[in-house]
Parts: sequence; structure tokens; C-alpha cells
Amino acid sequence: MPQATDPVPLPAVNDPAACVSDSPLCFRSVSLSFGPRTLLDAISFTLRPGETRILLGLAGMGKSTLLKLANGLIRPDSGEIFLFGQPIASMPEPALLDLRRRTGMVFQESALFDSLTVRDNVGWQLIERGISGETIDRRVHRALSFVDLDHAFSLFPPSLSGGMRRRVSIARAIIDKPDLILYDSPTGGLDPVTSHTINQLVVKERDVYKTPAILVTHRLQDAFTMVTHRFDHDTNAMVPLPQGSFDPLTRFMVLHNGHLLFDGSTEELLSSDDPFLQDFLA
Amino acid sequence: MKASHMPRVLLTENFDKTVRRWLMTVQDYALFCAQAVTNVFRSPHYWSDIFTQSDLIGVGSVPIVVLTGFFTGGVLALQSAASLAQFGAQAYTGRFVSLSMIRELAPVLTGLMVSGRNASGMASELGSMVVTEQIDAMRALGTDPMKKLVTPRMISTVVVLFLLTVVADTLGTAGGASVAVFISHLDGAQYFSSAYQALVFSDIIQGLTKPLVFGFIIATIGCYKGMRTTGGTQGVGRSTTQAVVISSVLIIFSDFLISRVMLWLFPPL
Repeated sequence: MPQATDPVPLPAVNDPAACVSDSPLCFRSVSLSFGPRTLLDAISFTLRPGETRILLGLAGMGKSTLLKLANGLIRPDSGEIFLFGQPIASMPEPALLDLRRRTGMVFQESALFDSLTVRDNVGWQLIERGISGETIDRRVHRALSFVDLDHAFSLFPPSLSGGMRRRVSIARAIIDKPDLILYDSPTGGLDPVTSHTINQLVVKERDVYKTPAILVTHRLQDAFTMVTHRFDHDTNAMVPLPQGSFDPLTRFMVLHNGHLLFDGSTEELLSSDDPFLQDFLA
Repeated sequence: MKASHMPRVLLTENFDKTVRRWLMTVQDYALFCAQAVTNVFRSPHYWSDIFTQSDLIGVGSVPIVVLTGFFTGGVLALQSAASLAQFGAQAYTGRFVSLSMIRELAPVLTGLMVSGRNASGMASELGSMVVTEQIDAMRALGTDPMKKLVTPRMISTVVVLFLLTVVADTLGTAGGASVAVFISHLDGAQYFSSAYQALVFSDIIQGLTKPLVFGFIIATIGCYKGMRTTGGTQGVGRSTTQAVVISSVLIIFSDFLISRVMLWLFPPL
């Protein structure tokens, strides 16, 4: 069994004050039903500054829905969600739009605008703000370089492979230096090599910009790659942490049957005696 | 409860559900329209999208409107000349064609043609964006899809349908003139004189008010069905069909209402 690294002092997870003050995202007893089925039941957690939270769970357990709740794309039936300290459960859409501009979201199927070039997709937020074309070009090039796709600048999304589309989606999410990134299964449906590239980009974003993030996945291998690796600036690649070490700012949540079954560190997850978790991790 | 009462109870419950669902849809559509209209007066304004949509909807529809207008005017002249000849009143062919075209046929036929071409296009385009999460992505990027996608389409359709109706009026009258002169062998000057003298202010007002309403119906129904698409690609197909059917029926229904109101406002002398 790997040994944990020394824990980094962080604000208490369930401190209600942290919900409003410094937490980028906080759920308080959030519930959501679709018809007779309760998809999420009294979900509470607090994402702390600089933290990456990996959300695990079986397919259809509401992981993507939780992510959409996080930036107000879906409204909860009850409970409250604090995004950058502001309650958004019943916030009017125009005010929510302003808050969403501070977040970046990577969708499961990329959700690129098919009729626009990669340049216009990645630079969407800048175009919306009326920034000059020259500045947009420069910043889009920089964002595309981050995901190693500078050559795709003028291409249209339908001509890109699945992995390239996902990387463009990451570039679109990070171009405006968001204060929170939401990744919805960024490696879903990709081959192992491309998945590794995407994982490397997520780790790079985490370690270079230290942006708080929630990453939804049902692939344990990807999740453990995240906690056992760091980004190395010198080699510009992801390298493993020393044997038995985990990234202290990357934690886990497990969603099961509408409940948050687990919320804690890697070592707590690995030492859990919950039968479902043991089965899930096996 | 007696077994014989069961079917009646089930029927009543189903009827209740259907009526409730229908009323909810009407309410949702009304709120959708109100939001689309309110956005006209709110920033940001997407002028480039308005011009792009005007080009797609307006310029793209010119050929079908030209052909429809010209041949409708022609067939009106053909039919009316034959009937009027029985009473020795062929000289009134121009009057008959211009009144029919400008009051009714040009606005309605242009509306139906543009509806078939563009309400379906809007529903399928926006519906595809919904099912591929592009609308969610737009919202996640801080852009209001109602302002970016719906309001520009609404403004463009209202403006270009007005202009396309004027084109259809002109081409319809010209088509009637071609038939009157080359087939019925009437005097061209007499045709145009009769067509011009028959028209009064209320006819023009009636003919040019209708496309404004029809344009609004086409855009809002097309966008509404697109934005409310569910059920994947099959749902996109369903939305597209419904958009054309509903907008066409509403065009004909509102034509009746507008005609009734116009006749009340401007009673025939």
C-alpha cells in the first residue's frame, strides 16, 4: 500500500464560513430529481482554493449533472450552491452569465461550435468581449500551444479527431484564465495514448496555473494518474511522484445511488472499508 | 368504483393531462417570445449575426419567392381573365390580380415559402446545437443563447419577410401582366392602370402588416422548437417537422385574424 505525503494545511472542509469566503465552489444539501427518480440527494462538499477534486462513480449516477449544477446550467430542487461565494441556486440567468465567465468547462463530447473555426471556438469569450482581432489571435495561439495544437488554428471542428477536439475544448476552457475548471469526462471514449495526453494537460493545468477544478471520470486509471504524477517544467511532461506519494491538493469524491459516498484524500480512499468502494477500486 | 366508469375516468385524466401540457407549452412559448422581444432593447446587440441571418433568410429565399410570386400572379390573371370574359369585364383583370396579390396571396404565400425553408432550418440548426451540448457550452462561456441566436433570427426574419413580400407583390403583378398581355392579349397600359387604381391605402397597410406578424411567427416557432429539442437526432427531426407545420398553420390562422381586424379598422367604402 502506498504511503501518503505530509498533508498540507487547508481550511476545514465543512466550515460553513468557507462556503462564502474563499471557496470557489460549495454545495450545501443539494438535491435534484428527474420525475420520480432522485438523482442527487442532499449533496454537500466544499472545494478549497487550489484543490482538484476527482468525482468518481458508476455511469448514470449524476456526475455530469453535478458538474452542470456547479455553474448553474441546471437548477437544484433544494439546497444551495455557492459559486465564488455567491448563492446561485435561484440567481437570475444574466447574473449567472457573469459568474460563468470566471469558470471554464470541458464537456464530455467537447461541444465545440461546428460552424466556427478552432480560432473562433477557443477565442469565443474574447470575441464576445470585443477584444481586438490581433490580441485574440495571440491569445488563441498561446492557448493552443498549451495543448500542443497550434497547427489547428484555422481548421473547423468536424475535421479534427476526437482527441484533438477534446484538446481544443481544454484550450477554450483555459484561455481566459478561469478561477475554476470543470472537466466532464475529458478522456471518455478516447484511446489510451490520447487519454494520456489529455491527463497530462489536466495535470499541467493543475500544476502550472493551480486552478481549482472538479474532474468527473469513471476511469480509475486516469484518476490515479492524476494523483501520482506532477508536471515537470524542465521536460515539459508529466512525471511520476516518488513511490508512495500522492498529490496533496488532489482529493476524491465518490457518488453512488444519489449520495456522496466518499469525500476525502487518496489515502483515505485506499484505506476505506466500505464494501462498494473496495469493490469499485478492485 | 364501478368497472364501467373506469374508461371514462381514464379518458378524463388523459384529457386533463393533454390540456395541461398544451397550456404549459403555450405559456412557455409566450415567455420565450417575451424574452426574445425584450432582448431587442438590451445589450449586447449582435449586429453581425443579424446581417448574416438576413442574408441567409432573405437573399437565400429570393429565388423561391420570385418564382412563387410570378407564377401565382400569372395563374390569377389566367383564371380571372377567363371568368371575367364571360361578363365582358376582362379589363378588370389587373384590378383583380393586384388586389388578390397585395392583400392576401403575396404575404401568405411568401410566409409559407419562407416558413418551409427557414422555420425548419432554424429548428434543425438550434436543435442540433441543443443535443450536442453546444447551447450549454455557450451558456457556460457566459453567452446568452437567446440574445446570440434567437433575437437576431427574429429581427432578420421580420425585416426580410417584409421586403420579400414587396418583391412578391411586384413579381405577382408582373406575372399577371405577362399573362394578360401575351396570352389573354389585353392592353398592358390598361392592365397596369386598372391594377394601380384599384389599390387604396388600407390594401397596402393590410398587405404590409401581415408579413411583420408572419415573420415573427416563423422565427419564434422555428427557434422555440429548436431550443426545446429533446431526444437526440430523432428529436431534431421531430422539432423540424413540427416547426414547419405549426408556423404554417399559425400563418394562415393569423391571416384570418389580421384580415378581420383590418376590415374592421378600414371598412370597405
